[in-house]
Amino acid sequence: MKSLRPWFKSALLAAGSVVFLFPLWWMVVVSLETPKRAGAAMTGQDGIALWPADPQWGNYAEALAEMGSEPWVGFVNALANSIVVTTLVVIGTVLSSSLVGFAFARLRWRGRGALFTLMLATMMLPGQVTLIPLFLLFRGLGWIDTILPLAVPAFFGNAFFIFMYRQFILQVPESLVEAAKVDGHGWLGIWWTVILPLCRPVTAICAVFTFIGTWNDFMGPLVYLHAEEQSTLAVALNSFRNQYGGLDDVHLLMAASLVTMLPCILLFIAAQRQFVEGLARGAVKG
Amino acid sequence: MAEVILQSVGKVYPGGVRAVQGVDLHVRHGEFIVLVGPSGCGKSTTLRMVAGLEEISEGTIAIGGRVVNDIAPSDRDIAMVFQNYALYPHMTVERNMAFGLERRRRHGSLLRSLLSPAYAAERRAESARIQARVDEAAGLLGLRPLLQRMPRELSGGQRQRVAVGRAIVRDPAVFLFDEPLSNLDAKLRGEMRTELRILHRRLGATMMYVTHDQEEAMGLADRIVVMKDGLVQQIGSPSELYDRPVNRFVASFIGTPTMNFVEGEVERDGNAHALRWAGGRITLPSGITLSTARAAIGIRPDTLAPVADGPFRGTVQSIEFLGDRADVLVESSGVRLNARVPTDSARSMREGESIALGMPSVVHVFDGDGQRAG
Repeated sequence: MKSLRPWFKSALLAAGSVVFLFPLWWMVVVSLETPKRAGAAMTGQDGIALWPADPQWGNYAEALAEMGSEPWVGFVNALANSIVVTTLVVIGTVLSSSLVGFAFARLRWRGRGALFTLMLATMMLPGQVTLIPLFLLFRGLGWIDTILPLAVPAFFGNAFFIFMYRQFILQVPESLVEAAKVDGHGWLGIWWTVILPLCRPVTAICAVFTFIGTWNDFMGPLVYLHAEEQSTLAVALNSFRNQYGGLDDVHLLMAASLVTMLPCILLFIAAQRQFVEGLARGAVKG
Repeated sequence: MAEVILQSVGKVYPGGVRAVQGVDLHVRHGEFIVLVGPSGCGKSTTLRMVAGLEEISEGTIAIGGRVVNDIAPSDRDIAMVFQNYALYPHMTVERNMAFGLERRRRHGSLLRSLLSPAYAAERRAESARIQARVDEAAGLLGLRPLLQRMPRELSGGQRQRVAVGRAIVRDPAVFLFDEPLSNLDAKLRGEMRTELRILHRRLGATMMYVTHDQEEAMGLADRIVVMKDGLVQQIGSPSELYDRPVNRFVASFIGTPTMNFVEGEVERDGNAHALRWAGGRITLPSGITLSTARAAIGIRPDTLAPVADGPFRGTVQSIEFLGDRADVLVESSGVRLNARVPTDSARSMREGESIALGMPSVVHVFDGDGQRAG
């Protein structure tokens, strides 16, 4: 790439961006169309619409009001449930993964190497394999139809993020940990006051990935939460699709989908700098 | 202030590696003691055992009359300055300096301060005391303008000052320094050395300092501990170590340039001993007894001088001018001798020419086992 002229490089990247951004833009356009034009856009009768002829901003309010059996209640409930579950999972994953990563990186204890290997091995297990045993376990605990099966496992760490935190913490000079010891901190204090603040780039990656994964998680809430008022946005959106999946209502489906996606996009933009820095650092030093 | 007493202290790592063996050391109140030696000699391990960062495998360490073997680093009343400064990168200079004291203060809860006005007032007073101590230390080290900066915004010398300031704020019984100047350039190192010496005089504190640089040790220490392979070789003032090294290792380690050694066979010469080597023979001073067949004499480079005729005749290999002095390397009958001579004297020499060096009045004699004789 070094030999390419700057303008050509920019043009190439812009063309690549268009490929990735077009579906999103198309969703925005369809979500603002009238029912008739949206249906036509879906079937390709009008060609591909690149700009809404007469933006129907009311589509968004209509779509959100129609989510669930009572106007607005379904959407507000689903949004609240998604926020609660996602917040708990993000907090749990960051805290537990960084703590365990710190223990693997800095504490000397018998069996550390073997347990680390074992933990890495769990990454090879597909989620579907553990789904039924976990369901039976949570049912045995009486946790079905509560958010506990979704939130509690997050507080026991995530193998991939533990690995990332460990690799990052290994780069932190040992003398910082020792200085904190001389300053009177125990292991937990060192983790909380010195290590965790230094792990910001990894925490950004961990938080963003976990947020997106949990916010968009469909299977977990579908399996463990059955009542409509317990639905998260992903499940509510699926019910909405079943109800409004026809060509006449596709503008509403797109509007609801966009609202569901919006927090992920905003979070990524907000954390972008830390996120990219963390990935780059992992690539160089990890 | 406090004294530090190490009795038969040893460190054995898992796997049986003995890093430190039988160290006996009494650091007096207000003394500046420097542990010096080559890499892997156990000097840092010894310091870290005093700090509580390494477990003590054998013996006892007492600080201020209290055995601290099983006491946590934070409760030993010590402060440590690390080689890479170990400043917390996410905290300002001010917070870095106050961090250790804040930690002690935080034992009370925020909730308690909300519920009890008296307790809240006490906490505020304590915060003010911490602030005052940080300010005092910052003033002492010229750090006041830097208090709100982050460590990444500081130069190496400034970081080093902050690390020292952080130690001062704690007002410890003993200061521990683990090669704190080795990351600085030569000029700054010299300046900081002087500042540390002045600081020691001002504070009157007990200080233990580790370095591999013998010049630094000579410049800073009241007493020096020379270590090798985990063993203490000699403890003494800089002049004692320079003038009467107990063995060849100390003799060669202390002093710049390194001491010259001429090895040879021991012969009887009446009541005295003599040393014969390929280039000649000298009678050793009376009173020196040698029980080994071979021995060596050690000659400090600054005691060698060119003469018209002397026992060390050889060829000048190189001349390095250092300003007011010059180092002249002479090869004489297979022995390389380094002479530090006045520049004027070196100007008349040429590389490759033959010269003679005289026998100095002071020589150090070491037996075949490398121990000092006489």
